[in-house]
Amino acid sequence: MTSAVSVEGVSKRFRLYHERNQSLKASLVRGRRARYEELWALRDVTLEVREGTTLGLIGRNGSGKSTLLKAMARILRPDEGKITVAGRLSALLELGAGFHPELSGRENIFLNGSILGLGRRELKRKFDDIVAFAGVEPFLDTPVKDYSSGMYVRLGFSVAINVDPAVLLVDEVLAVGDESFQRKCKEKFADLQAEGRTVVIVSHDLDAVRDLCHDAALLEGGRLARTGAVGEVVDHYLGRVHLDRVDEGGLGARWGTGEGRVERVEVLDATGDVATVVRTGEPVVFRLHFHASEPMARPVFSLGVYSVEGIHVSEPTTRDAGLVPDKVEGRGHVDLRVDRLLLVPGTYDLSASLTDHTGAHPYDVRHRAFRFEVVPGTPFERQGVVSLGGRWEGEALES
Amino acid sequence: MTALATYAHVRDLAVNLTLRELKGKYKRSVLGWSWSLLNPLATALIFTMVFKVFFQAQTPPGQPSGLSNFPLWLLCGLLPWNYLANSLNGATESLVANGNLIKKVYFPRQVLVLANVASWMVPLLIEVGVLAALLLAFGNFVLPWLPMVLVLILLQSGFVVGIGLVLGAANVYFRDVKHLIGILLQAFFYATPIVYPLSLVPERVELLGLDVAVRSLYQLNPMVPMVEAYRDVLYDLRFPPVGDLAYVAAWGAGCLAVGLLVFSRLEPRLAEEL
Repeated sequence: MTSAVSVEGVSKRFRLYHERNQSLKASLVRGRRARYEELWALRDVTLEVREGTTLGLIGRNGSGKSTLLKAMARILRPDEGKITVAGRLSALLELGAGFHPELSGRENIFLNGSILGLGRRELKRKFDDIVAFAGVEPFLDTPVKDYSSGMYVRLGFSVAINVDPAVLLVDEVLAVGDESFQRKCKEKFADLQAEGRTVVIVSHDLDAVRDLCHDAALLEGGRLARTGAVGEVVDHYLGRVHLDRVDEGGLGARWGTGEGRVERVEVLDATGDVATVVRTGEPVVFRLHFHASEPMARPVFSLGVYSVEGIHVSEPTTRDAGLVPDKVEGRGHVDLRVDRLLLVPGTYDLSASLTDHTGAHPYDVRHRAFRFEVVPGTPFERQGVVSLGGRWEGEALES
Repeated sequence: MTALATYAHVRDLAVNLTLRELKGKYKRSVLGWSWSLLNPLATALIFTMVFKVFFQAQTPPGQPSGLSNFPLWLLCGLLPWNYLANSLNGATESLVANGNLIKKVYFPRQVLVLANVASWMVPLLIEVGVLAALLLAFGNFVLPWLPMVLVLILLQSGFVVGIGLVLGAANVYFRDVKHLIGILLQAFFYATPIVYPLSLVPERVELLGLDVAVRSLYQLNPMVPMVEAYRDVLYDLRFPPVGDLAYVAAWGAGCLAVGLLVFSRLEPRLAEEL
């Protein structure tokens, strides 16, 4: 199969300025331009996107995936290596880039379309499609500064997607607009794939990557760490992310008076080992380590489970379980034992808190400070947040 | 085929960006486009008060037209000057102002400078049209000379676009350029015979014991023959000296070539420097 995008030995270096005041005086004083450090955002990346397939670029923040996408879009010029794109390219990096707020929707469609590479005749032909898709007919002659943010983004998306590209580059922009517009976007996207367009997506949403992409490429520190079928690369990435833990980031907020402190929360898998990846349907223990430097009277321990999108899934507390010790002092841990984990595959955050009996006095609250991953097991379900653990039955299903 | 398609794309893009600049320029102002005319008229009025009334400057008579009208004489130099000053100021800011676009979409970035200059050329054409009507009303039959004015505008545009490309790209790297250009333009304004006639510039001057050929140095400024040529055509109704035209054309072509070259060297890293 021929390749639609071919990336050969591409490296990209950025300059990180220590004191960036972009003034002539500063540079004259220092003799040359401001001092800077060099940072290799991409290092010798070689990769092919097969024609008609969808590739997901994944990796953590700063791994170089957006840089690679921008280099494909010719916005950034690689310092080494070469990128070849076969056919017209459209990049959805920011929707409505180039809109002029004082101009009407109609004028902006022509302006934005020509920035993205559409000819005037082509634009006239597609004008109705663009307007219908964005659903802004009644506001065509209103300046876009009076558009709601949703309308603005919809119009931007609609122009960009109608460029009719052979290769489409997308950076986290499929999640725009309300639910019905998102559905339209997904349909349009599926149409483009069915028509044999080549698509490259950068996303943190691994589920979306799994759903939409054929292949994936994992970037780590600017280098290509792995490439191949999407399932395999995403699994590999998940394993990798959690080896070096999220603690480092200390994601969440923390507050409390500090008589007692939550030191950490561990996740123990079926074998009793500390893990960061657990499987749906298997037993799990959440272990909350605490240290009470002063005696805590009638403390309450609780663990909150959040989906990565922020849905508060569950919040078991020792008080609700009727377990209220008179006094706790020193170091120790409490376990929340779950016989059968019914979370669907995905990423989850844990909060842990230590409060007094009334709940009014927090000793230590660590909000969404620990992260773990759930991978598919039994029951296998993909949507929602929790499984009800149900089983399908019926004669119709038995043939 | 791709070269043709690219050309068509660049042309459409330039037209659309120019329209954007034009439409945005006077949006939400009550008088709108009238400002484009009121500005030079007001400036002409002020300069006429200062130089004609206070300083009692002589109005240079038009040869062979015989016209003698200070404000009209002033406008013949002021309009091309405004075109230059507005375009260079705008071109300097054009890339920084469109930073977001440069960082998100690929297109030939030269178009931004081009569109900015074009957006000042449109008001210039309107102003020249009004000036021509005024000149006609005062008995100067300028109609046969108007094609020559268009040629002058074209030559001047090469000059302006070339310098604008360098300034626009340089301003991305050093934001001082924007401030510097304000001062330079002011000096440039008085180094060009706009509010005074060329004849007022002395041939030679004794400076620190040295005999300096001021007039010859002064005439190196390409805007001197440029403004003189506009006056020749509009005010005096005569063909400008061919040598002057050649000098101006050489500057225009040279600036354009250097501008394109410098820009293409600075272009690759624009997106990351913005």
